[in-house]
Amino acid sequence: MWLFIISDAITFGALLFGYGYLRTASSDWPTPFKFNPSILNVMIMTVVLITSSLTMLGAVDSAKAGDKGKAGRFLWSTILLGIVFAGLHIREWFGLFDDGVRLFQNPWGSPLFGATFFSITGLHLLHVISGVVALGVIARGFAKGRFTAGHVETTGLYWHFVDLVWMFVVPLIYLLNLSR
Amino acid sequence: MTAAAKSGNVIAKYLPVYFVLLGIAGLEVFLAYQNFSTVTLLVILLVLAVSGAALAVMYFMHLMYERRSLFLSLIPAVIFVLLMMNMIWSDSFRLLHLRPFAH
Repeated sequence: MWLFIISDAITFGALLFGYGYLRTASSDWPTPFKFNPSILNVMIMTVVLITSSLTMLGAVDSAKAGDKGKAGRFLWSTILLGIVFAGLHIREWFGLFDDGVRLFQNPWGSPLFGATFFSITGLHLLHVISGVVALGVIARGFAKGRFTAGHVETTGLYWHFVDLVWMFVVPLIYLLNLSR
Repeated sequence: MTAAAKSGNVIAKYLPVYFVLLGIAGLEVFLAYQNFSTVTLLVILLVLAVSGAALAVMYFMHLMYERRSLFLSLIPAVIFVLLMMNMIWSDSFRLLHLRPFAH
C-alpha cells in the first residue's frame, strides 16, 4: 500500500505541477471562487474529510482490538462522511457548471482553467468514491470474518492519503484563485 | 481493561492532531483573504499544507511508528521526485512573456 501511495502522491504532484505551469504561463487565469458558496463549501468538505480520518483511526484501532461491532460503526461512519464529501464536491461542480465553466471554456479567461480544475478535483473525487466502495467492501467482509484487521488498516492508509491530497488541493486550486 | 475497551481511547489520543489540522485549514482560509502577493501567499500556503500533510503522514498514517527504513526509503524519494518537477517553472515564465527559447 505504501508503494501505491507513493506512486499516487507523485501522480497528484505531477498534476499540481502541471496546473502551476499552466497558471503561471497564463496572463488571464480566472479567479472565480467566492467565499459563499465555494470557499464555505470547501471548508465544510475539509472538516468532513479530516473528521472521516479520525473515524477511520477509530475503525483501525477497534479492528486491531477485535471489537467488530465498534470497528463496523466507525467504518460506516467513515463511509457516510465520504459520501457527504462526494455530495458536496458534486454540488460545487454543479455550481461552476451554472456559472458556465466547462472542461475547455469559461466566461472569465484562460480556457485551461476548467481542464486543470476538473482533472485534479475529478481525480480526487474518483479516489474518494473508490475509497467509499473499498471501505464498504472491507466493512462487510470484516463483519463476516472474511477480512482481518490488517485489511482495515491498509484501507485506512489509503483513506488518510485521500485526506492528505485534499490538504494540497484546497490551497493551490481554491485559495489561490479567490474572487475579490 | 480489555483490548476492546481500550480501543475507544484512540479518538482522544488523536484529537489534538485533528484540531491542529482543522486549525491549519482555517488559518489557510484566513491568510488567503489577507493582502499578500500571489507568490508570498503561495509560499505561506505551501508551508502550511506541507506541515498538515506531515502531521497526517506521521500520526494518522502511523509512519512515525513504522520501521525507520520505511521512512528513509519513502520520504526522500518522494521529495526528490517532486523537487525534480520544479524544472518546469522557467519555461512557464518564458511562455507568459511569449519569449522564444533563445532569450
